[in-house]
Amino acid sequence: MKPEGKRQIWDEYQKDIADDNYFYVRSCVRQNFFPGAEKTFLRYMKQLGRNVFENPSHTTCSGIGYHSDIVPFETAMTMVARQFALMTEAGYENFVTSCITSFGLYTEILETWEHFPKVEEQTRVHLRNATGREFLKPKNLAHASDVTFKLRKEIADAGRYRLVNQDTGEPIRVVEHIGCHYSRMFPNKGVGGAEYPYVLVGMIEEWGGEVIDYPERRHCCGFGFRQYLVKANRGYSVSASKKKFDSMKPYKPELILTNCPGCPMFLDRWQYAISEMEGTTYGENGQGIPVMTYEELAGLILGYDPWDLGLQVHQVPVEPLLEKMGIPYDPEKKFLDIDGNFIGKPKSPSFLKFY
Amino acid sequence: MGALYEKLRQDIRFVEGLTACLNCGTCTAICPAAEFYNYQPRKLVDILQTRDDEKLMELLKSDTIWYCGECMSCVTRCPRNNAPGLLITALRSLSQELGYFVESEKGRQQLAIKRTVGHWILRYGYCLYPSQITPENHPEQGPVWEWEFQNIEKVMERLGANYQKAGPGVLRAIPQEDLDEIKKIFDETGGTARFEKIEDFSKQKAEEMGIQLDDGLQNDYIKHIYTAVNKDHTTES
Repeated sequence: MKPEGKRQIWDEYQKDIADDNYFYVRSCVRQNFFPGAEKTFLRYMKQLGRNVFENPSHTTCSGIGYHSDIVPFETAMTMVARQFALMTEAGYENFVTSCITSFGLYTEILETWEHFPKVEEQTRVHLRNATGREFLKPKNLAHASDVTFKLRKEIADAGRYRLVNQDTGEPIRVVEHIGCHYSRMFPNKGVGGAEYPYVLVGMIEEWGGEVIDYPERRHCCGFGFRQYLVKANRGYSVSASKKKFDSMKPYKPELILTNCPGCPMFLDRWQYAISEMEGTTYGENGQGIPVMTYEELAGLILGYDPWDLGLQVHQVPVEPLLEKMGIPYDPEKKFLDIDGNFIGKPKSPSFLKFY
Repeated sequence: MGALYEKLRQDIRFVEGLTACLNCGTCTAICPAAEFYNYQPRKLVDILQTRDDEKLMELLKSDTIWYCGECMSCVTRCPRNNAPGLLITALRSLSQELGYFVESEKGRQQLAIKRTVGHWILRYGYCLYPSQITPENHPEQGPVWEWEFQNIEKVMERLGANYQKAGPGVLRAIPQEDLDEIKKIFDETGGTARFEKIEDFSKQKAEEMGIQLDDGLQNDYIKHIYTAVNKDHTTES
């Protein structure tokens, strides 16, 4: 039957996501600030019986350099072509990226090649001259959140916890933040498009939480590439995050769930910075609003230990959420090294409650 | 149509980004940069549509083209399929190509980005690298990052990273032969030439401004461009 009306419109924003055998490329930001998140993604993919391959020779896609304009487009295209060559050489055709900036760049480049075949040919020449490599384009390009979205029911079925307050039985109130380069430029490449992205909403709903709408839901976190990288510009960055916090606060969110690697870092760190600048906190009783990546949340649902997920490297403590969800954790193990030795504790902020 | 405009048209991002603007201002309404800076993507596109080289040169030498955060919110909402954020990438490329970037406070910052992110790409294979994200330059990262920075090897090991080691994993040491390939890609595709232009034009400007600049990060010019806010960028001036 031919789809009509809203069904037809919605069909345009469905996304074909490969079910298995992925070539995985990492994120510069996530590796630096949320190393446990990538470890967790690979852990639950293995638990769910999926094959994910990583070639240690892959590198940055140069996306942050490209979007801070020190890296020319031709260079970025050839860097991306090299990643595709590594995928081709390994015998894979489903390309999965941990980074939203990368995902946006890969999408932009594939679209450019589609519209300008001579540019693709020139990129192939560049790659051949520089490395001797050849490549096939991926049959399926996905962000790691797309894959997690696809597996959300399997994660729920295998899960030990839900996004539900154990004392009240009420769903946890979650605001989601998509990350600009997921679908703003190419809405039909993201689950749900740019105006009604569903990739995180689908996870929250499946795992028992309640999605909270608020006026500045789609506003940028404020990374802005050069607007954060250069100290003189960071007012741009913090003001964008503050606009979001001020807008979401009246709706009393208990968790901010993020898609892009950079957004959780900014939404976490700027809560600390704003508290130091103004004494303002956005959670209950001097707490912040915990911020998580979708990998970390999936790990919690599956019953992984919070400190194995890396939740101790968040500046905004996650303990209030763990307690609401009934997830056990040992505060004595929060700041231990791999051998169980205490390695000191971070200083407490002036205002933001710390554990 | 002047020579500058013709140069811009050689960039496919410019060709793709500018169709026909009706000046509705939707892009400005949605733009995070327009909320913070004295910046309006609508005005920028309006100037480009004049194809006037004099106005274009003024733009390329101005702070205006450096205010955008390249979030691409404008692309989603433009009713005529223009992409002001994409036009910005083309304008910034041309400004660096011609050395005009050093004529504005925000443009001069490109040297600081080149000597950090640019060097990290070639040296480590990553755009960011934890040993370089110092608490001194990043106080906003807070005490948890300071703790992590001071204990980086132990924290990374605890969280399952493969920091600075061979093989796959988080923050693995990328083999030298792969870093060599990246360098060759930069040489082949204009990345190295862009870096050299940023260096050369910045050195000329530092000399002109009488501010000390050497090849590292600990010099007066880098400190100046990394921190200086010597004019009000947020209102009409």
